[in-house]
Amino acid sequence: MPINPTTHNSSLTSSLSLFVEQRLGRFHLQAELTLPAKGVTGIFGTSGSGKTSLLRIIAGLDRPDTGKLQLGNQILLDTQRRQNVPAHQRRIGVVFQEARLFPHYRVRGNLTYGMPKQAPPRFDEIVELLGISHLLTRMPGTLSGGEARRVAIGRALLSDPQLLLMDEPLTGLDGARKQELLRFIALLTRQINIPVMYVSHDPEEISAIADHLVLMESGRIVASDHLNHLLQRFDLTQKLGGFDAASILEGQVIEHDTHYHLTRITLGNTHQLLLPGTEANIGSCIRVRVLARDIAIATSAVKDTSYRNQLPVTIEDTTVLPETSHSVELRLRMGRFHLRASLTRKSWDEMGLHIGKEVTALIRSVSFNPL
Amino acid sequence: MTLSPAEWEAIRLSLLIGLAAVAWILPPGIAVAWWLARHQFRGKALVDGLIHLPLVLPPVVVGYLLLVGLGKQGVIGQWLYSSLGVSLPFTWQGAAVASGVMAFPLLVRALRLSLEAVDPKLEAAASTLGANRRRVFTTITLPLAVPGLLTGTVLAFARALSEFGATITFASNIPGETRTLPLALYTLIQTPGQETAATRLCILAIIIALLSLIASEWLARRTQQRLQERDAY
Repeated sequence: MPINPTTHNSSLTSSLSLFVEQRLGRFHLQAELTLPAKGVTGIFGTSGSGKTSLLRIIAGLDRPDTGKLQLGNQILLDTQRRQNVPAHQRRIGVVFQEARLFPHYRVRGNLTYGMPKQAPPRFDEIVELLGISHLLTRMPGTLSGGEARRVAIGRALLSDPQLLLMDEPLTGLDGARKQELLRFIALLTRQINIPVMYVSHDPEEISAIADHLVLMESGRIVASDHLNHLLQRFDLTQKLGGFDAASILEGQVIEHDTHYHLTRITLGNTHQLLLPGTEANIGSCIRVRVLARDIAIATSAVKDTSYRNQLPVTIEDTTVLPETSHSVELRLRMGRFHLRASLTRKSWDEMGLHIGKEVTALIRSVSFNPL
Repeated sequence: MTLSPAEWEAIRLSLLIGLAAVAWILPPGIAVAWWLARHQFRGKALVDGLIHLPLVLPPVVVGYLLLVGLGKQGVIGQWLYSSLGVSLPFTWQGAAVASGVMAFPLLVRALRLSLEAVDPKLEAAASTLGANRRRVFTTITLPLAVPGLLTGTVLAFARALSEFGATITFASNIPGETRTLPLALYTLIQTPGQETAATRLCILAIIIALLSLIASEWLARRTQQRLQERDAY
């Protein structure tokens, strides 16, 4: 059920490009960025790295000292030419950290607040998708945190935006609610046909949602690339610290083992993984995250072991990071898939490993983290 | 107790002048309150002080200043008379101007506090949903400040009803034109043997004040309800 709330826009297919510079006291934001026109871009960084400042500039809520901002073929901001499209004309939806629902409107009034009069987006469909149809007559003050976030997401979507910004929309939710909404947002962002920028300092959220990753540090953009490409880069291991050197694999669900509660997915056509059971439908694509330290290496196939997953891989690259001099970081390749692994330097030497060598990657099923 | 024609006249004039005063200060009051609540500028304290001046000045001074400014010989008064043929002193409209000026700071004060309490984050959210500044103000800012607006309006109305010093100075004490309840009461007190009539006016003043308090309470509750029911179709 793909949802496309935009019915009349050609700039959908074009991307966002920006260059901004802003000084606020001692903080200095300096960013230059081009983002893909489709999919979800995660903006990752510690608090104070400038993620939210960047988002506010894109939304038109703040104005940088100098900068240029272009979405598709529209110029939203050009300080040199004194051009600045005000926030209410940018058609950029924002889901804020706090839901920011209007307390004097009912849920329905909040949802319809930004709805364009002509060519109305599919109200019923989006409300259904968000699972908030039973809340329409409630006042925002009576909603739970999770419900309020859903309404806020719906309100932004129904304003028919050409770009959706989400600023840590899961902040302040407890574990279970957070997981639920995270899964929901991941699903939603794959169904809507507009680019999404998702700001977070939580690696798990980013891994679950983002296709593209922008890494920010003290007001600067350190790297911007496909999520998995960045995860495979040794030099970013520390900066992506929270990610704890992990890899993302995406595969198609082919079988559920209801007795042992396990799920089998296929990677490409040749290899399979066995994971802790999920509720994903057969045939659907899911992502799993596996930490580098959860992968073991064997030089030959292993029998009689609890490692359920044995993948034939090639060692593509290796390094020793100064921060962890006891271990060797490996990048493994299996077809088009890449995996990060790490093992002690001692093992590396004793097993006679080298770049180009074909080995077996061993992964326990329980170590997978379905997203 | 049946009311004498003079008493009816005083009540009618009081309500007319009170309502007219509130009506003319509401638009500038809302604008000034919003400006003070949402903007920082040089000399803000001075503007703030000027607005509050009628609260602390003797009302007679305000009345005299109005006379100087808006009287037929006054700077503005001269222009008003020559170009529009309007003369304010010694008319009920003049009384409404005088009591409005006296009530202005009370309206601005209450409204400003309420406007300052409206979260600018909600206004920002509204603007990302496509609302221009005017729509943000009329649908978010002002509705959320309604409690302050009502309080301010009632306070201003009560102040205008009871206004004495500025009114008598600027608009004089003319029966049937500017003799409101307080002025009528003052006239009776000055006249020997009118104690009973004075007491009657006293009681009337109390009743009107109570009624307006009750009405404002009812209005506040009703507005709150209607705000909540809006968009609940």
